[in-house]
Amino acid sequence: MTDFTDWIIPSITVAVFVYAAIKRVDVFEAFCEGAADGLKTCVDILPALVLLLVCIGMFRASGAVEALTTLLRPLCNAVGFPTEVMPLVILRPFSGSGAMAVYNDIAAAVGTDTFAERVAAVLIGSSETTFYTVAVYFSAVRVKKTRYAVPAALTADLTAWIVCGFTIFAFFGN
Amino acid sequence: MVHIYKKIKGIYWKMKVIMVVIPIISLIFAAFNGKMSELSAGIISKSGEAVELVISLCGIMCFWCGLMRVAERAGLTEKLARLLSPVVCALFRGLPKGSKAVGLITMNLAANILGLGNASTPLGIAAMRELSDIEHADEYATDNMILLAVLNTASLQVIPATAAALRTANGAENPFDILPCVWIVSVYAAVVAVVAAKIMGRIARKRGEH
Repeated sequence: MTDFTDWIIPSITVAVFVYAAIKRVDVFEAFCEGAADGLKTCVDILPALVLLLVCIGMFRASGAVEALTTLLRPLCNAVGFPTEVMPLVILRPFSGSGAMAVYNDIAAAVGTDTFAERVAAVLIGSSETTFYTVAVYFSAVRVKKTRYAVPAALTADLTAWIVCGFTIFAFFGN
Repeated sequence: MVHIYKKIKGIYWKMKVIMVVIPIISLIFAAFNGKMSELSAGIISKSGEAVELVISLCGIMCFWCGLMRVAERAGLTEKLARLLSPVVCALFRGLPKGSKAVGLITMNLAANILGLGNASTPLGIAAMRELSDIEHADEYATDNMILLAVLNTASLQVIPATAAALRTANGAENPFDILPCVWIVSVYAAVVAVVAAKIMGRIARKRGEH
């Protein structure tokens, strides 16, 4: 399994460069332009990330996270989901950088390459900031009533975490 | 991204509430658990940690954004968009093949799949405006507009660059070993979102709502 995933990124990198060279794209210029954009994104999220990491850190240090996870433990145990990841499930639809902060907190608490850490990473990689996305898309038009847009999107979010736990379990074991 | 962020009041309001509630709860819990010194130390150390995190994310984010810009310049987005056209025509009701709306929607989804966040949002907004025009939307969203929004809330990107970067920053041995799992969950979420939207749309029509 690991052998196959090791191939993905190098193959994509080479394929993109070769394809671009055939299409006579100025690879160097295009790459630097995109990289500058990536740098700007990183700088843009830093202020929010400071605030969010502090808030999440306070929540953890005060023992409130433990209280919350104890409360949610029966539900998580019923579906074989790591309780530690529950705060991420709750925050994910609201805030992208908030989710990054929670992920970091979880990874520090349980260690990387563990069941819970992988579940958290898959959750980040396979879901979006639902409320934010819906707000952005409908803010562009005159629509005020989004009808069933949020319920439909949340149906996916609210079941995806269970599937997430199952898949990680199937691929990596507990 | 930042300029769009400022436009949206609703989500800001929710974050504002979270930002106030979390510290209050933390203070109360720390007082009860006798963990005030940990709380105090946490605030100071976490601020520094945020900077460290961004620095360790920066390299891979720059590399990935650069690589994807090269792919975009080479015309990969258009190519993928053409492949997606039949799917979009099947999912969205009443959009003629080759119409401007289908073109914008496919480009938006293609940019999503390639992880071009900065390119996909303007395309999606343009698609939304086009749908609003041709379907004469009033203050109620049409079924197609909802489907477009819902497809954008399901993260369809093939390579979850941010998740991998976060894992690298935290010392994961092989940050991409979760890729097959991410694909399975992404596809699951997208299918569920579309099916839910279709069912909810049908129920609304039966009830004679907008």
